[in-house]
Amino acid sequence: MFDINLFGLFGQLLVGLINGSFYALLSLGLAIIFGLLKIINFAQGALYMLGAFIAFLALEYLGINYWAALIIVPITVGLVGIMMERFLIRPIANEDHLYSLLLTFGLALIIQGAFTHMFGSSGLSYAIPEELKGGNRLPFMYLPNYRAWIIVASVLVCFGTWYMIEKTKLGAYLRAGTENPQLMQAFGINVPLIVTLTFGFGVALAGFAGVMAAPVYSVSPDMGSNILIVVFAIVVIGGMGSIGGSILTGLGMGVVEGLTKYFYPEASTTVIFLVMVIVLLLKPAGLFGKEA
Amino acid sequence: MKNLNKTIVSSMVAGIMAASLSTAAVAESDGKVKLGILADMGGVYADICGRGCVTAAEMAIEDFGGKALGQPIELVTADSQLKPDIASSIARQWVEADGVDAIGGLVSSAVSGAVSKVNLNAKKLTMISGSASNTFTTKSCNPFNVHWTYNVVALANGTVKPMVQAGKKKWFFITADYSFGHALEGVASKVINENGGEVVGSIRAPLGTTDFSSYVLQAQASGADVVALANAGNDTVNALKTATEFGLTEMMDVAGLLVFTQNAQAMDPSVAGGMRLTTGFYWDMDDKARDWSQRFQERHGSIPSMIHAGVYSATTHYLKSVEASGTEEAEVVIKKMKATKPEDFFSRNAELRADGRMVHDMLSVEIKKAGERKDKNDIYKVIKVIPGNEAFSPMLPQCNFS
Amino acid sequence: MNNLKLNIFLLALALLAPAVLYPVFLAKVLCFALFACAFNLLLGFVGLLSFGHAAFLGTGGYITGYLMINSGLTPEIAILLGTLAGAALGAIFGKLAVKREGIYFAMVTLALAQLVFFIYLQAPFTNGEDGMQGVPRGHAFGALDLSDNLVMYYFVLAIFVFGYWLINRTVHSPFGQILKAIRDNEDRATSLGYDVNRYKWIAFVISAALAALAGSTKTLVFQLASLTDVHWHMSGEVILMTLVGGVGTIFGPVLGAGFIVTMQNYLSGGELGNYIHIIMGVVFVVCVLSFRSGIVGQLIKFKRNNFS
Repeated sequence: MFDINLFGLFGQLLVGLINGSFYALLSLGLAIIFGLLKIINFAQGALYMLGAFIAFLALEYLGINYWAALIIVPITVGLVGIMMERFLIRPIANEDHLYSLLLTFGLALIIQGAFTHMFGSSGLSYAIPEELKGGNRLPFMYLPNYRAWIIVASVLVCFGTWYMIEKTKLGAYLRAGTENPQLMQAFGINVPLIVTLTFGFGVALAGFAGVMAAPVYSVSPDMGSNILIVVFAIVVIGGMGSIGGSILTGLGMGVVEGLTKYFYPEASTTVIFLVMVIVLLLKPAGLFGKEA
Repeated sequence: MKNLNKTIVSSMVAGIMAASLSTAAVAESDGKVKLGILADMGGVYADICGRGCVTAAEMAIEDFGGKALGQPIELVTADSQLKPDIASSIARQWVEADGVDAIGGLVSSAVSGAVSKVNLNAKKLTMISGSASNTFTTKSCNPFNVHWTYNVVALANGTVKPMVQAGKKKWFFITADYSFGHALEGVASKVINENGGEVVGSIRAPLGTTDFSSYVLQAQASGADVVALANAGNDTVNALKTATEFGLTEMMDVAGLLVFTQNAQAMDPSVAGGMRLTTGFYWDMDDKARDWSQRFQERHGSIPSMIHAGVYSATTHYLKSVEASGTEEAEVVIKKMKATKPEDFFSRNAELRADGRMVHDMLSVEIKKAGERKDKNDIYKVIKVIPGNEAFSPMLPQCNFS
Repeated sequence: MNNLKLNIFLLALALLAPAVLYPVFLAKVLCFALFACAFNLLLGFVGLLSFGHAAFLGTGGYITGYLMINSGLTPEIAILLGTLAGAALGAIFGKLAVKREGIYFAMVTLALAQLVFFIYLQAPFTNGEDGMQGVPRGHAFGALDLSDNLVMYYFVLAIFVFGYWLINRTVHSPFGQILKAIRDNEDRATSLGYDVNRYKWIAFVISAALAALAGSTKTLVFQLASLTDVHWHMSGEVILMTLVGGVGTIFGPVLGAGFIVTMQNYLSGGELGNYIHIIMGVVFVVCVLSFRSGIVGQLIKFKRNNFS
């Protein structure tokens, strides 16, 4: 009996890690936008939903398959983000952070409302790509290929992004441009452009997560609002603005949630907030954040 | 200043008197039939009972000739947002201030319960078409409740019983963690135990869970013959999708206990094909149903769910009874409704029992595989008709309001 | 004097309103107005954005509802106990949260409120998603029959006026001056020798208690307490109300609450029902982009620019 339970536990840990991959992708986007631009983007969940819908529509009406969508959709969603930043967020850039939160919250309501209106609320289904169908029997569980792909792909994208921002010259410009805009402007670097592009990139990650999610979750207008507040909590736990922290916390919280689903499923949507309270009380700047 | 105070006080008194007069006037019968439809316009059940429920009620009124008791029938509609507090406040305003005589539509048990409480106080009819819980004709029954279409008992008897009898003895539940899920699990467990089966485990998943993989793994480890999904809407679609992905469907049967046509359409036929379920209505069941569904589809844009059909049927029966009894007073009309047998394309061998339960033939259907479908609306194969008295449980003596 | 006249006029308006409008609707507006005012005490006068105020609204509602159903207490006692329960919860929240600032303050309150939500979701006495239904209104002070909507309305109005007066008093008291000093420059307040966290905490408890008072009253009006009141959307809604009306103005939240409740009421019926979320979103966006000082804030500006 005991070894069956242990196997069960392994299965839960792995499944938790898969969910954590989504959390990592989404919270990474939020962390970049907050860490570099100090914008609290509450529309991240709606843009994730938008990504899934664009993938669905592209397949349905334009015949664009999953692999192409992985490239095209993040770019499209990124462009939407760029428009948002340029025309809506920039005018209030100098106001309190609170206002960017409220503005993006409003945008999220609009996007979600519009999709509910157009596509109903029942959800649409997106098939798993042929190449990734089937799965492998591990000693403790059956692992579908697509789920394995989720872990691989998102870990690659997350750590690639982390490397780019923290270790390369491009990343250095970016950090400098957002930390000390006047100075960089004086050096002849177009800071507003950097800001816009960074926002676009952070949002594109949400679009990417949306495409990844489409085949496993039902594509529905409320998929973003359900996940948003959890992802937000993850960013706070990791330390707002800590790029690496958000990735690790995302994966870690997926595992914590997975364990909760095993021992006390009713609390699975709440456990993250419990962790958040504890972390904020003990380490106010989050697990990986720098104390101010 | 003194003058000002005087004016304020006198206008206050006048205001209060006017207000008390205006509220007092409403409770009386006004000889006009006014119907309220409360639906979910933008939430998770919007496709199942949203605008479609309004359309169905409009059709019923038009088909009835648009007039009752010699006056035009009025229809008001609102969005419950699936929240009991919103529903309760709308219902209260309707029956207390706006002269609404009966409230229909009503999806989600929480909403129906809240409205039923308001209507009992105001002595107005509650015509539930969308909710599944059997509480409205058992634990919280009252003389003004009318429950159309289906309930959890019919679902359990229709879907679970034949499977247990066919030798599927061990069951595992993935249950939506709210009253509807609990009720469905409870009723289904009872059916399983009575027929010699056993429940080997159950999991309560929060409402609106997106990822069911953890629960599917636990179901897999349980060694059950059947995994029952005691949830609805997107939860069912998501759970089934994940079950297939993790190979659960190859090891065990998966039974969706409540599946609406819209959900069945959203499921991948290669996944859902062959699954049996219970429904109160299927658009393609016969000519009468097809005729009405055709008309509905032309106006609404998609095929009707059993709830849409139920709203039409309940509204029609209500209007007939109003006309026959010559008044819209609820206490009189409900007697008439219970005394006459409802009959239309939806109600087969039907009667409205004294406890408010509308008993009619239910259908056991199988979801068609991709190869069997002519088009996207061709989703069910009717396996058998379940007579009403087998599907629904007998009336409780304390709920006999004859 | 000017303000007094205005207040008397508004009170007269409130007293007369049931002649034209449905009293239960008016009572709803008043409950939310009180809730928004309580919230604004923190945001507008201490500069703290709580993202968890729904927890207090809901606690007041559930406790009062439970007492009305099970204890046979008169409504005013049940409301008082509901309010005290909210204040107690606020004391705990406040202790944990006031040490944090800005977005972290918002996040701590949100997380705590989510835990409270979970407790109410699981606790059997709340009936989970069904809500606590059929709460009797009872007889206030053992004499006034609240089941009459009009009596109920005037009862709610009395409670609202009390709450509004209390907030007004708090803001204009020496205590309120210190709060504003903290809002404008916390370091300076500290260096003047004020125990800043203690002041913030007291303000938090008052705000929580008044929010709970609003929740308790609302439960009586609708005879129902539900998860909607504890959900984080409610915490978001009260921000919207305050923002629309005008942050940091005393009357703004009342107007904002009236506007939002009326809009929801109007949109929930009729053809526009499908667009309710879109319209709410547009209101948010428009407010943030061009109305940051809210209706009352704009009016004050307008008056200042044109009449003085």
